[in-house]
Amino acid sequence: MKLFLIVFFFLCNLLPSKEVTKATGYEVGDFATDFKLKNVDGKMVSLADYKDAKGFILVFTCNECPYALLYEDRIIELHNKFANKGYPVIAINANDAVKSPDDSYEKIQKRAKSKKFPFPYLFDETQEVTKTYGATNTPHNFVLQKEDGKYKVSYIGAIDDNSRDAAKAKKKYIEDAVNALIEGKPVPTTKTKAIGCTIKWKS
Amino acid sequence: MPIYEKKQNMHKILIFVGLFLIIRIATAQDIALIKIADLEKILEEKSEKVKVINFWATWCKPCVAEMPQFEALKANKEFQNVEILLVSVDFAQDVEKVKRFITKRQLKNKVVLLNETDANSWIDRVEPTWGGAIPATLLIDGRTNRRLFLEKEFHQNELEEVVRKFINQQ
Repeated sequence: MKLFLIVFFFLCNLLPSKEVTKATGYEVGDFATDFKLKNVDGKMVSLADYKDAKGFILVFTCNECPYALLYEDRIIELHNKFANKGYPVIAINANDAVKSPDDSYEKIQKRAKSKKFPFPYLFDETQEVTKTYGATNTPHNFVLQKEDGKYKVSYIGAIDDNSRDAAKAKKKYIEDAVNALIEGKPVPTTKTKAIGCTIKWKS
Repeated sequence: MPIYEKKQNMHKILIFVGLFLIIRIATAQDIALIKIADLEKILEEKSEKVKVINFWATWCKPCVAEMPQFEALKANKEFQNVEILLVSVDFAQDVEKVKRFITKRQLKNKVVLLNETDANSWIDRVEPTWGGAIPATLLIDGRTNRRLFLEKEFHQNELEEVVRKFINQQ
């Protein structure tokens, strides 16, 4: 048994080391868990609170990442476009407030106020929700579709294909995904990658 | 002070200022804007060296924080067989900002700017397991194409340890 364990650990060391704090996270098609997090207005928010929602645009973001900031206005637009069609935005601050002081509860309250976010901006103090969903960088987005009271992950990735300039974006991944869900069609692109800031995890 | 001594001092000062300017200009490297196909060529090119390729941006705080480690690696004689390339993923419009950064920090390492907008189209071509967060560093053995990808920030002196370990695994 001892020998077996030694061999086992030896083999583990041979595996390519990927020293990332990566929880397993969701893949497209998985059912996502609900959560209960504190909003900037002090009230707790859960997916279950949205009785009439058909789904959600979940945005893991932060206050300090220039890429996240570049997308703020586009996230507001997404909410204004899709909330009344049953797909509201919920933003979750993914960073640890100790590692990233700009992402403290007070700072995210300020940000939500100055940008007049029309959606909740939640404080994931333990980072459990961020970890469970498998967000790795900011902004990292998940489109959820309600199915029999459960939340099916229908899209994971970027908002569009041009972080710098919304006007030059050729592919609007989230818009296309939500429009497809509204029309009952398959989501055209279900997973994309984007450059972003690493999530500042609690040590 | 005799007048000729004053003149000599003037000369010395002028020579010093001139040298200083030459050094400043020499360190202000011109950076190439490359496409993903160019980068792939660099990654795949056979070489006797170990390649250390770091993905960073001027706006990325942890990237900037670990930059001195890449400079120290270049200066360290132990790693003479290591070739470092800093790939900036700053927007191409911000190339002057990148140049100013290089000059200000007196970076000796070679820097290129990856001139691509649609990250989803090229991230997997660098490394399929990369989620897209920076800093990220790719180590490649130029002879065998053995690779190690690290999507993380290096803490103090960690880079040298990582590179040393990678070389010793040959």
